Amino acid sequence: MNLSRYHITRRTGDRRGFSFWSWIWFFLGALYFILPLYATLDFSLRMERDKISLLAYQKAFAAPEFLKTFIYSNVLAVITIFVSILVIVPAAYWIRLRLPEARRVIEYITILSIVIPAIVLAHGLNTVYGAPIKIPFTDVALTGAILNTRFGTNFVVVMGYTVLALPLMYRSIDTGMRTVDVLTLTEAAQSLGANWFTIITRVILPNLRGSLLSGALLTFAIVVGEVTISTVLYVQTFSPYLWLLGQHRAYEPAALSFASFLMIWASMGIIQLVTGGQGQTSSAR
Amino acid sequence: MANVSSHPQRISVAAYFHKWAGVVPFLLFAFFFLIWPSAKLMVDAFFDQTGHFTFSNLAELFENPTVVRAYKLSIQVSAVTALGGGIFGFLLAYSVTVGGLPRFLRSGLITFSAVASNFAGVPLAFAFVATLGRTGFITAVLKNLLGINIYDAGFNLYSFMGLSLAYMYFQFPLMVLIMAPALDALKREWREAAEILGATTLQYWWNIALPVLLPSILGTMFLLFANAFGAYATAYALTGGSLPLITIQLRAQIQGDVLHNPSLGYAMSMGMIIIMAISTLGYIWLQSRSERWLK
Repeated sequence: MNLSRYHITRRTGDRRGFSFWSWIWFFLGALYFILPLYATLDFSLRMERDKISLLAYQKAFAAPEFLKTFIYSNVLAVITIFVSILVIVPAAYWIRLRLPEARRVIEYITILSIVIPAIVLAHGLNTVYGAPIKIPFTDVALTGAILNTRFGTNFVVVMGYTVLALPLMYRSIDTGMRTVDVLTLTEAAQSLGANWFTIITRVILPNLRGSLLSGALLTFAIVVGEVTISTVLYVQTFSPYLWLLGQHRAYEPAALSFASFLMIWASMGIIQLVTGGQGQTSSAR
Repeated sequence: MANVSSHPQRISVAAYFHKWAGVVPFLLFAFFFLIWPSAKLMVDAFFDQTGHFTFSNLAELFENPTVVRAYKLSIQVSAVTALGGGIFGFLLAYSVTVGGLPRFLRSGLITFSAVASNFAGVPLAFAFVATLGRTGFITAVLKNLLGINIYDAGFNLYSFMGLSLAYMYFQFPLMVLIMAPALDALKREWREAAEILGATTLQYWWNIALPVLLPSILGTMFLLFANAFGAYATAYALTGGSLPLITIQLRAQIQGDVLHNPSLGYAMSMGMIIIMAISTLGYIWLQSRSERWLK
């Protein structure tokens, strides 16, 4: 009794002493977060002299090049999301249900996609697919240089983006599968006579929609912000356009940067709502 | 008997393929778009421009002064931002978990950290130009209010220090995201036991909490190091390639007009992969150690 009272007073005493420093750290962190955003917003609103206006936003959004590159990046993002789901969901499902011994392999590959820097991956893709693909140790070409065609370039770019998104997408999907208990769902579907295709498309995927959505939004953030693969393979996506715009304009790039921030915020906000948990992060620097 | 034993064997070959069917697309994808491209660069690092086997590209990694300087600069930026981001991120994570701040600040900070750790590349660079550039917001405020011109005082956004400040914007949020759950996992009983035995707060942190958290803290710093070391977009957007980081130099060697020596570029890729592998494995190893206590 006595001891517990002593304990409670000490605890609150400690807390009060400590929360002073907590407030300081929090305040500094908030400052670091907010100042660059505030400065960008402030700058983007000052295109007209002595007046706060949205002119920079109007001009930036009305530029045909902006629309072209932004739509292009969004299309690439959507395709990347579909490709990653198509590649990762069956693999994650298989190792959980039928082939647990392959988990190691899949996880090593996921780690490898973190270890290989984007700039190295981009040049690797450029070297391999910028030349005809030959049968090893012979001069027999199987295909021409894939990067010579527009379709081929887009294909390689999407695959590169999929590699960048792999660690996040895999983690989202694997966590999702752990929480929905795919084994029971599969057995239930099987006992009702469903085949594998039906099980995956009508039972597993709908139950994974939360983790698929958060994986998809992270992938979206990566692809729209992606610079490295795009510049090395010379595709005109949104972020290289934004950089180029920054070389000869002042206000429009600030407007688009702030808009990008809002877009990422919206994506992360939806993820927080859907998963209700910890934030995740991409590694596309 | 023979019939029985041969029969299952025949099935097992077919079953073997069937068993792997769901993983095959993933493995093919990984081979063609991750493993082959990176392996190709690693192999090409051992050949000169005319296709002869050589170790000279790798030797040049240690002899060519521009390459050595690029590695050094990248390692410095990564180490400084990993350490700085790690310490500051830890203090922030501490303040919203066990530090006694109101609950709503925590979810606010976590959301913001998720956003900031994804806010990299070109928009981040432009945000820092608007903040700390020559006509940036903070530059102007300091000049107008306090009469301090930070550019006269030696500050430059397009330098080591400026780039490090920009990198910190995605570094410490990553630390917050990883450390907040680890701090949550500190057991209340440990603190209570320590207090009942008469330990001060400082003793509790120094002798119990920090040793338990240390693998996680160091591990995440390794991750931050890798995070900064592989970064290309932010540096490219901020300095336009004038700050010779390894990622910038690598592209200049492979695709550039002035420094054009692809073989050396491939050797540089190999060096990068080795450094990335060491720091990523360091993260994984330390993280698995930290799970002994925190889980």
